Amino acid sequence: MATEILTGIASDEPIGEPPWLRAVRRLVRRPTAMIGVAVIVLFILAAVAAPLLAPYDPLATNWAAVRKAPSAAHLFGTDEIGRDVLARIIWGGRASLLAGLVSVMLALALGVPVGLVSGYVGGILDGTIMRLIDAMLAIPFLILAIALAAFLGPSLTNAMIAIGITQMPIFARLTRGQVLSVKHEDYVEAARAVGNPQYRIVLRHIFPNIVPPLLVQATLATATAIIAEASLSFLGLGQQPPTPSWGSMLNTAKNFMTQAPWMAIWPGLAIFSLVLSLNLFGDGLRDALDPRRE
Amino acid sequence: MTTFLLRRIALIVPTLFFVSLLIFGLQQLLPGDPAIALAGEDRDPAVIAFLRQKYHLDDPLPMRYALWVEGVARGDLGESIRIKRPVFDLMTEKLPVTGELALMALLIALAIGLPAGIIAAVNNGTVMDYGVSMAALWGLSIPNFWLGILLILLFSVELGLLPASGFVSPTESLKQNLLTMVMPAFVLGNAIAAGMMRHMRSAMLQVLSTDFVRTARAKGLPEIWVILRHALRNALIPVVTLSALDFGALLSGAVLTEQVFTIPGFGKLIVDAVFNRDYAVVQGVVLFTAFAYIMLNLIADIAYVVLNPRLR
Repeated sequence: MATEILTGIASDEPIGEPPWLRAVRRLVRRPTAMIGVAVIVLFILAAVAAPLLAPYDPLATNWAAVRKAPSAAHLFGTDEIGRDVLARIIWGGRASLLAGLVSVMLALALGVPVGLVSGYVGGILDGTIMRLIDAMLAIPFLILAIALAAFLGPSLTNAMIAIGITQMPIFARLTRGQVLSVKHEDYVEAARAVGNPQYRIVLRHIFPNIVPPLLVQATLATATAIIAEASLSFLGLGQQPPTPSWGSMLNTAKNFMTQAPWMAIWPGLAIFSLVLSLNLFGDGLRDALDPRRE
Repeated sequence: MTTFLLRRIALIVPTLFFVSLLIFGLQQLLPGDPAIALAGEDRDPAVIAFLRQKYHLDDPLPMRYALWVEGVARGDLGESIRIKRPVFDLMTEKLPVTGELALMALLIALAIGLPAGIIAAVNNGTVMDYGVSMAALWGLSIPNFWLGILLILLFSVELGLLPASGFVSPTESLKQNLLTMVMPAFVLGNAIAAGMMRHMRSAMLQVLSTDFVRTARAKGLPEIWVILRHALRNALIPVVTLSALDFGALLSGAVLTEQVFTIPGFGKLIVDAVFNRDYAVVQGVVLFTAFAYIMLNLIADIAYVVLNPRLR
């Protein structure tokens, strides 16, 4: 048993190094994950500094520059009512990043407690909760999000709520599975034996040990949430015009493909590179946090 | 095996019950009086009174749920407010279109995903494996509505080879039908292929390290024979089950793909219904897709047991 554990850890690892530090050290050694991080940071900085970076007001129309191809004045060209596409891409990043962050936070806030209780308590409660989770997972992700957004009304906030609710079951199921795998470990039994109250066992002894897989899932879920927000906006159920969002920009661009193809290129490229970076980072994080991989 | 099958089938009952509760509950999310919301923009008092009576809105909630479920069991999913036709009829009309799109996409996904997964697993750790894995990540990250737009730009706008949108029934002209469907089916299949490749790669890697594969190699069988006849047959079993889970992605993707290519299928039906506030249609589509997903996963689970001799 002991040798099995020892062989899993690479020999050059310093003894007594905190696990999080080891994970970070492993992560920075992965070039693809680091490229992902760099691109994500770039997008976040651009979204935060949008008022300083954007060359034009993203809402300002200019009838003298309608559907102009990329040029020195407008690097990414202009749209059907003369708005600068680059400015709208920079500002539109806010909607995407916000949607990714807020909906995953919501999914975590709803899913993790449900999974903790379900896995720890077990029995009929667990059975019932899991059937409810099955039911939610049975409705295809985007169709449930569309239905929720439809009944709640189209807006960015409602799209984020819809995405958060549809992602909740994934976190509930993952958390429950992790709780089941650690709940009979010796350290949990020990915590119980010394008389810790139930909530303390769950929050102080079980929860910190199941954070790594949740972290990986949260990163990958952010990528999914960003695509979902863009999809809902593309269908007209997310960010409402004239406020820019990458999905709704593509929706408009679809009608001007022959006259202004650049309108369709940049927003899609922005979604693609952000989502790809999050997936690269998520995959790297999974490998870095897995003690069996090196 | 009988116990497993009975248990598996019994598990569907509570899942279906919760699905019906969720979908019925959607209606309760509508702000204000549902009769007014359902009546649309006209707000005709006569229509509101009629809807109030028709949907038993004055009855208590559990009673309304029971009446709704009873209607659904009879195939009565309500009526479209906008088109004034039963939701069930509208759905059966659109089903063959989305069915064709989904089937073609699935075939394309299989044709790309399975060989790619096998190649990656057989060449584990090499440049080839890395390349296939990167391609899969690429496929998972590209929004399929954007891929659709890019393909239209290339094949319709630039090269003029394929029609950009529309749908021609195969009974009308099979050639035109295939020409209009090939791009949407590729767009939809691309996303599924990426997931399928990942499933296939990990299943194949697992099988390739088993004793019977080593035995087959030790017997001196040609490598291609070991891979196709011994390893692949076993690796396909988990892929069948995992692919059933992709059905949800297929339907979600179909909504967007149909929107990009203006194909009058299920996805277009639900999106149009959302904008027309045609809530009965929205509920109907959600209910149908959930039911189809549950049944497909049941079949996949049964197939898993039937295909796997160790579980029989």
